Amino acid sequence: MAESENIVAETAEKIFADLADAQTINHDKQGAWKAPLWQALTEAGLPLSWVPDDLGGSGASLAEGFSVLNVAGRHAIAVPLAETMLAGWLLTQARIASPDGEMTVLPASPKDRITLNADGSLSGRARGVPFAKDAKHFAVLADGNGSISIALVDAAKCRIESGVGLGGDHNDTVTLDKVQPAAIKPAPKGFDQTTLMLMGGVVRSLQIAGALEAMLDISVRYSNERVAFEKKISKFQAVQHNLARLAGESAAALAAATSAADTIASANSLNNDAVFLEAASAKIRCSEAAEKGGGIAHQVHGAIGFTNEHILHRYSLRALAWRDDFGSESYWAVELGKLVAIRGADELWPLVASR
Amino acid sequence: MTAALRFDPIRLPEKCEQLRKEVRAFLAEEIAAGTFDPHAPNREDNDAPEFSRRVGAKGWLGMTWPKKYGGQERSFLERYVVTEEMRVANAPTRRFFVADRQSGPVLLKYAPEHIKMDILPRICRGEVCFAIGMSEPNSGSDLFAAKTRATKTDDGYLINGTKIWTSSAHIADYMIAIFRTSPPTKENRRHGLTQFLVKMKQPGIQVNPIGQITGQFEFNEVVFTDYFVPDDHVLGEVDGAWKQATSELAYERSGPERFLETYYVLTELVRAVGKNPDTRSAEGIGRLVAQVHTMRRMSVSVAGMLQAGKEPVVEASIVKDIGTVWEQQLPHRVRDLAAFVEETATNRETLEKQLDFAIKTAPKLTIQGGTTEVLRGIIARGLGLR
Repeated sequence: MAESENIVAETAEKIFADLADAQTINHDKQGAWKAPLWQALTEAGLPLSWVPDDLGGSGASLAEGFSVLNVAGRHAIAVPLAETMLAGWLLTQARIASPDGEMTVLPASPKDRITLNADGSLSGRARGVPFAKDAKHFAVLADGNGSISIALVDAAKCRIESGVGLGGDHNDTVTLDKVQPAAIKPAPKGFDQTTLMLMGGVVRSLQIAGALEAMLDISVRYSNERVAFEKKISKFQAVQHNLARLAGESAAALAAATSAADTIASANSLNNDAVFLEAASAKIRCSEAAEKGGGIAHQVHGAIGFTNEHILHRYSLRALAWRDDFGSESYWAVELGKLVAIRGADELWPLVASR
Repeated sequence: MTAALRFDPIRLPEKCEQLRKEVRAFLAEEIAAGTFDPHAPNREDNDAPEFSRRVGAKGWLGMTWPKKYGGQERSFLERYVVTEEMRVANAPTRRFFVADRQSGPVLLKYAPEHIKMDILPRICRGEVCFAIGMSEPNSGSDLFAAKTRATKTDDGYLINGTKIWTSSAHIADYMIAIFRTSPPTKENRRHGLTQFLVKMKQPGIQVNPIGQITGQFEFNEVVFTDYFVPDDHVLGEVDGAWKQATSELAYERSGPERFLETYYVLTELVRAVGKNPDTRSAEGIGRLVAQVHTMRRMSVSVAGMLQAGKEPVVEASIVKDIGTVWEQQLPHRVRDLAAFVEETATNRETLEKQLDFAIKTAPKLTIQGGTTEVLRGIIARGLGLR
């Protein structure tokens, strides 16, 4: 990690540690902690990390922003930091200035489409949109008139049906019925819905990897505290081996996610096989790790980890929920499998070895 | 955070990619000349001494070693590229691989100068084959339990006892082995083992082949009867081999050979499935590719740590644990996916033969180089659990 990434990540780490202690917020069912946290994140310029100064943001590098997301995952926060960062990034692609406040991105699923109508309005439905209910604006990718556009839309102009995801965060259906955008511009050449899904998938991969790091940490700590059959459970070989597997899953997720983030941060274009392989692989492997790793973390904790009172579910359920956003692992596996099949058997190793 | 596990996204430098092209071109020539069949799984008892010499002549053995011993003073990352290209092509590396990966580095560190000058250049030329003598009957991964004795005589040691599961002992010129020179002490169960360089094909050594369920003869039992080793063949500290042996294992545990051993079945599956896979096949292939990509990223990352002079013992153990479990499951997942491949797929027979061999090979993958259970113990220690 470069020094500037360290500084930005350390700033984020400090804010979360001060204002989003897992134990404290777990007991605060009213969510009184959210406003001060969001304010502190905003004052540090983190929600608009990826937006340059002249478009209203703090102009951090892609790499710096990715390091913030990994930290955010380690705290499994329930504020739309990742979503606002991604929305700001999307708007910046079309040089649209980002407004203040919470944002999220439409569509959040590869299957949904938002259409640009001939009169310049937008129509369509996006399901499973994270934090739509909490957002003041949406960054929207739309197609129509034979091209792809990026738009800024006032959330108040859309119909939002509330939903709640596995992690307990808003996961809503947003319907646009001939909504006039606040701003709209053509997407850059080659930028399409797959590009947005790949970037969103890497964002989620980093968060999943972070949540797994936290789950490993609290599981190791718990195993050194909990006594059963007259000894610490960390002294049982079976428990040690399970935690070693959790460490492996956590390491695999972190390796896949940071490799994909590094690839995007240093790529000239997001429209190539290297980005596709890395981003799709990260989402697939991190999602698999969320299932295996989360399962082990719960096993180590026994019944206590299954309760509302314990913090484990903050991480385990969000990691599971994040699998579904911007294309599930099944979706990306099909897409990656098709790419590999089209290139042919003898091109598979050269593709893998190119990274 | 308790566990500061990091796998930084190291990239192979441009000169590695140039080298990769050279290795691929060389292998293509060898395949064209009929040296080996890339579609036939690498039968480890396929000995290829001439191929070994040609690899040596290319400068691809002992690549990281000092030039005065015949090495090239190149990086671990360059060696990494050569290893993975050989592995993926199913090249017959048996004769030189252990010497290049493990035995040479041990000699470099612990052998007296005249032995280094004698043996290392010959390894670099691809002329010598090494075996590793660690396991014994009833010891296996439990190295402390080794009983084969080295008894001090006037100018050396007399060896009596038996090593087992010794790969390549039947063709090896040398073995690096650990023998018991003293009993373990009460305070230190690890005390009393010493590492020796053993010259094979001498009186006092008998090599008995052990057949494997794959049909190969790769393992051996090696029986020592009053076998003499001179004093200057002691490697490192007398009674202190434990630490030497464990640091040696970091090199054995994270390389590309630890997740690519059954990789050939994935290539053949992609060939059998063709350009327009159904959803099930596409999804299955996509998952396997994501997994192998991730493994490789982790493995390259550890190679980068080794290059930087670190000792990534826990990280290497994680790579070996996940990697070998993965390569063990791979033939079974490919078998699942191949169940619906068209009977007319041109490579169907090849794929079936490969699966047959890979499924038989799979059980050993999580045993060699430290069992899964031993590795998970090392990882647990790294997590502060023991």
